[in-house]
Amino acid sequence: MTEAISVDGLVKTFGSVRALDGLDLHVATGEVHGFLGPNGAGKSTTIRVLLGLVRPTSGQVRLLGGDPWADTVALHRRLAYVPGDVTLWPSLTGGEVIDLLGRMRGGLDPVRRAELLERFSLDPGKRTRTYSKGNRQKVALISALASDVELLILDEPTSGLDPLMEQHFGDCVKDAARRGVTVLLSSHILSEVDALCSSVTIVREGRTVDTGTLASMRHLTRTTITAVLDRVPDGLATLPGVSAVSVDRSSVTCTVENDALAATMHVLADAGVQSLASSAPTLEELFLRYYA
Amino acid sequence: MNAPTGTGALLRLYLRRDRLVAPVWIVLLGALPLLYAVSFEGLYPTAADRQAFYLGTLSAPAQAALVGPIFGSDLGALVSWRSGLVLALVPLAAILTVVRHTRGEEDAGRTELIGSTAVGRHASLTAAMLAAGGGVAATGALSSMSLWGFGLPLAGSVAYGASVAVVGLVFVGCAAVAAQVASGARAARGYALGVLAVVFAARAIGDAGSGTLSWFSPIGWSSQVRPFADERWWPMLLSLTTATAFCVAAFAAANRRDLGAGLRAERRGRAAAAPSLSGPIALAWRLSRGTVTVWTVGLALFGIAIGSSTGGIGDQLGSSAAIGEALEKFGGSTVEQSFIAAVLSIVGVVVAAFAVSALLRLHSEEEAGLAEIVLATGVSRVRWLAGHLLCAVLGAAWLLLVVGFTVGLTYGSATGDIAGELPSVLVGALGQLPAVWVVTAIGVALFGALPRFATVLWAVLAGFVALGQVGSVVGLPQPWLDLSPFTHVPRLPGATLTLVPIGWLVAVAIVVGVGGFTAFRRRDIRG
Repeated sequence: MTEAISVDGLVKTFGSVRALDGLDLHVATGEVHGFLGPNGAGKSTTIRVLLGLVRPTSGQVRLLGGDPWADTVALHRRLAYVPGDVTLWPSLTGGEVIDLLGRMRGGLDPVRRAELLERFSLDPGKRTRTYSKGNRQKVALISALASDVELLILDEPTSGLDPLMEQHFGDCVKDAARRGVTVLLSSHILSEVDALCSSVTIVREGRTVDTGTLASMRHLTRTTITAVLDRVPDGLATLPGVSAVSVDRSSVTCTVENDALAATMHVLADAGVQSLASSAPTLEELFLRYYA
Repeated sequence: MNAPTGTGALLRLYLRRDRLVAPVWIVLLGALPLLYAVSFEGLYPTAADRQAFYLGTLSAPAQAALVGPIFGSDLGALVSWRSGLVLALVPLAAILTVVRHTRGEEDAGRTELIGSTAVGRHASLTAAMLAAGGGVAATGALSSMSLWGFGLPLAGSVAYGASVAVVGLVFVGCAAVAAQVASGARAARGYALGVLAVVFAARAIGDAGSGTLSWFSPIGWSSQVRPFADERWWPMLLSLTTATAFCVAAFAAANRRDLGAGLRAERRGRAAAAPSLSGPIALAWRLSRGTVTVWTVGLALFGIAIGSSTGGIGDQLGSSAAIGEALEKFGGSTVEQSFIAAVLSIVGVVVAAFAVSALLRLHSEEEAGLAEIVLATGVSRVRWLAGHLLCAVLGAAWLLLVVGFTVGLTYGSATGDIAGELPSVLVGALGQLPAVWVVTAIGVALFGALPRFATVLWAVLAGFVALGQVGSVVGLPQPWLDLSPFTHVPRLPGATLTLVPIGWLVAVAIVVGVGGFTAFRRRDIRG
C-alpha cells in the first residue's frame, strides 16, 4: 500500500449547503502533505470525513487502506488527530488529558512524552481551564506526537502558538516524518507548509484546485528578476511572457514566465548586466494566483 | 471604565436569546394559579365544600410538607395554597437564567469577546440579573392580574403575585453569588440549586411540624404572606433584604475575581493521569463524580431530615375525619407511610433532573468539540455514549438508594422497627427508577436523532411533572396522566407492589434507548 489517504470526488452537503463539491486528496505513505486553502474552503470538513465523524454524501474515501466510516475504531488506533480549536475538559489537568487521549488511542511513548513536555515547556499539573489557547493546543499536540501512530492529522495546529513554539512544532513534525509517520497538515499559513511539506493540495470552495509536489508547482509560475544594467534595454516590455516591468534609471524589475526566461536573459545581457537578483515564486504568490 | 456601561445592550442581547424560553416559563408559572382557581371553583362550588377541603388539608401534614401551609377556606386561599410549588419553581427558573447568562456565557468564551468591547466589568452580571429579575416580576404580575381578573380580591391577588416575585428575586441574587464563587457554570448551578433544595427542605419539614424551621426559608417567608387570608406584608421585607444582600455580595465578589475563574482558587492537579483514567467510561465518571458527591450529601441530609420528622406525624393527627382523604390520595396504609410515599414521588422527579443533567453532558461535550476529540481516538460512538449514559442511570440508582436508605433508617429508628420499615422504604425509593430510566432513554433518543434539540429533554421532564402536578387537579382524563412515566411507579411504602407497570416502563426505556443509540451511530458528529 502506497497511499495513506485517498479521496476521490468527495461530496458533502449539509442541508442545502454544499461544503465539499468533488474534492480529491491523495497522500502517499510517509510523506508530509500540506492541505492548503482559505478559511471555509472545506479543509476541516474533509478531515472530519477522514475521521469518520461525518458521513460523505458521495465519493470514494480510503484511509490507511480502510473505510473511515465503517472501520472507525480500528483505524483510529493507528492515527492521531489535533483539531484547530482545541477545547479540553476544564477540570482535568493537561497531563491527565495527554495520557487519557494517548491511552484511548492505544498507548503513549513515555520517553517522548517527557521530551515533548520539556520542548514545549508545558506545565502538566495545571487544570486546563487555566490554560491559554496556545497551551491547550500544546496539550493536544504533545498527546498526538507522543502516541505511537502511523498517521498524524493536524488541522491548523499552530494557530495559537508563538513563533518559538511554531519552530519546535516544525522540528517535531520533521522528527515524526523521519520515523516514517505520514502527516496531513492543514493550514492557511503558507510559510509553515513551505517549510515542512514535500507536496501540497490546494482547495477552494470544496474543490481541489491543484495538487502536486512543491517543486512542480513552482514550475508553473513566474520568477521575479531585478537587474542593474548599463542602459535601459530595448523591447523588454514587449517580450511575450514578461510583465510588470518597472524601470528606475538603470535598475529594472520584471516578472517572467518560466518559458520566457531564456529570451529575457538575452535582452538583459545585451543591456550590460551589472548585478542580477532573481527570486523563486513563494507560496504566497502561488496562493494569490488561485484565489485572486 | 464605568462598571455598568453597556448593560442596556447586553440586556437586549440576553432578552433576545431568551425570547423563546422566558415567555414559556413566565406564562406557565404565571397562569398556573388561574388554572387552579378555575378548577377549584368547579370542584368546590360552595363555601361549605371549601371549608371541608380546608379542614381536610389542615389535618394532613404530608400536604403541608409538599405544597405548603393552608391559611383559609376562601377560594383565593385554597388557590394560593395549591400553587405552593410555584414558590420553588420560580426560583429554579431564576437560577437557570442568571447562570446561563453569566458563567454559561463565560465558559463559552463569549464574555471575553464582549468584555473586549465597550462594556463595563459588571455589565454582564447586571444585565443577567435584570433579565431574570424582570422575568420573575413578570411572572408575579401575570398571576396577580389573572387572579384579580378572575374575580378574586385585589389585595390578595397583589399579595400572591408579590410573594412569588420576591422569592424569585432572592434566588436571582443567590444565583448571582454562586456564579461568582463557583469555578464554572455547572458548579454555579449546583451551588444555587443546592441552596434551593435546602430551603425547600427547611420549609417542608417546618410546615409538617411546628413551623419554626419554615422561618429560615425564603420559600417559607413567601407562604407566610398568606394571600387571601388576612395578608401579612412584612415577611416580604425579609425576602427583599436577603435579595439585596445577595446582590451586594455578588458585585463585591465580581470585583475580586478574574474572568473565567472562581473566587475559590484553583488547586494544582496530577501531572499524569491515574492508571484508572484510561477510557470513555472512566472519563465520564471523572467528569460527573463531583456532581454525584454533592447530590449524595444533599439527598442524604434531606433523607435524614424527612425520615426523622415523619415519626411524629401520626401522633399529631390523632383521629381526624379528614385523614381518610389524605390516605386515599396517596394510597398509603398509614399517614406516615403515605407521607413517605409522597416524598419519594417528589424525590423521583428530583433524581430524574439529576439524570437529565448528567445525560445532557453528551450534548454539551459535543457542542464544545470534546466529543470530536474522543471519537477521533480508538473509542467507538457506542462506548462514548454508554459512558455518559451509565453515569446518568447508575448515578440515579445510587441517589435513590441513598434516599431510601437514609429515610428508612431514620424513620425506622424513630419507630423502633428498622427491619420492618427499611426494606419497604428502599423498595419505594428504587421503585422510582424505571420512570427515571424512561426519561433518560428519551434523552438518548433526542440526542441521537435530533441533536440540536437535545435540551428539549428538560421540557419533557417538566411536562411529565406538570401532568402529575396539574393534571390530577384539573381533572385531565386518565390516558393523559398515563403519558407520564411517574404515573406508573409504585406508591410505596403503603401500597402493594405491582410488577407489570414496572416491566412496561423498563421495556419502553430499552426500546427508546436502543433507538437513540442506533440513530447516533448513523448521524454526523456536530462540532
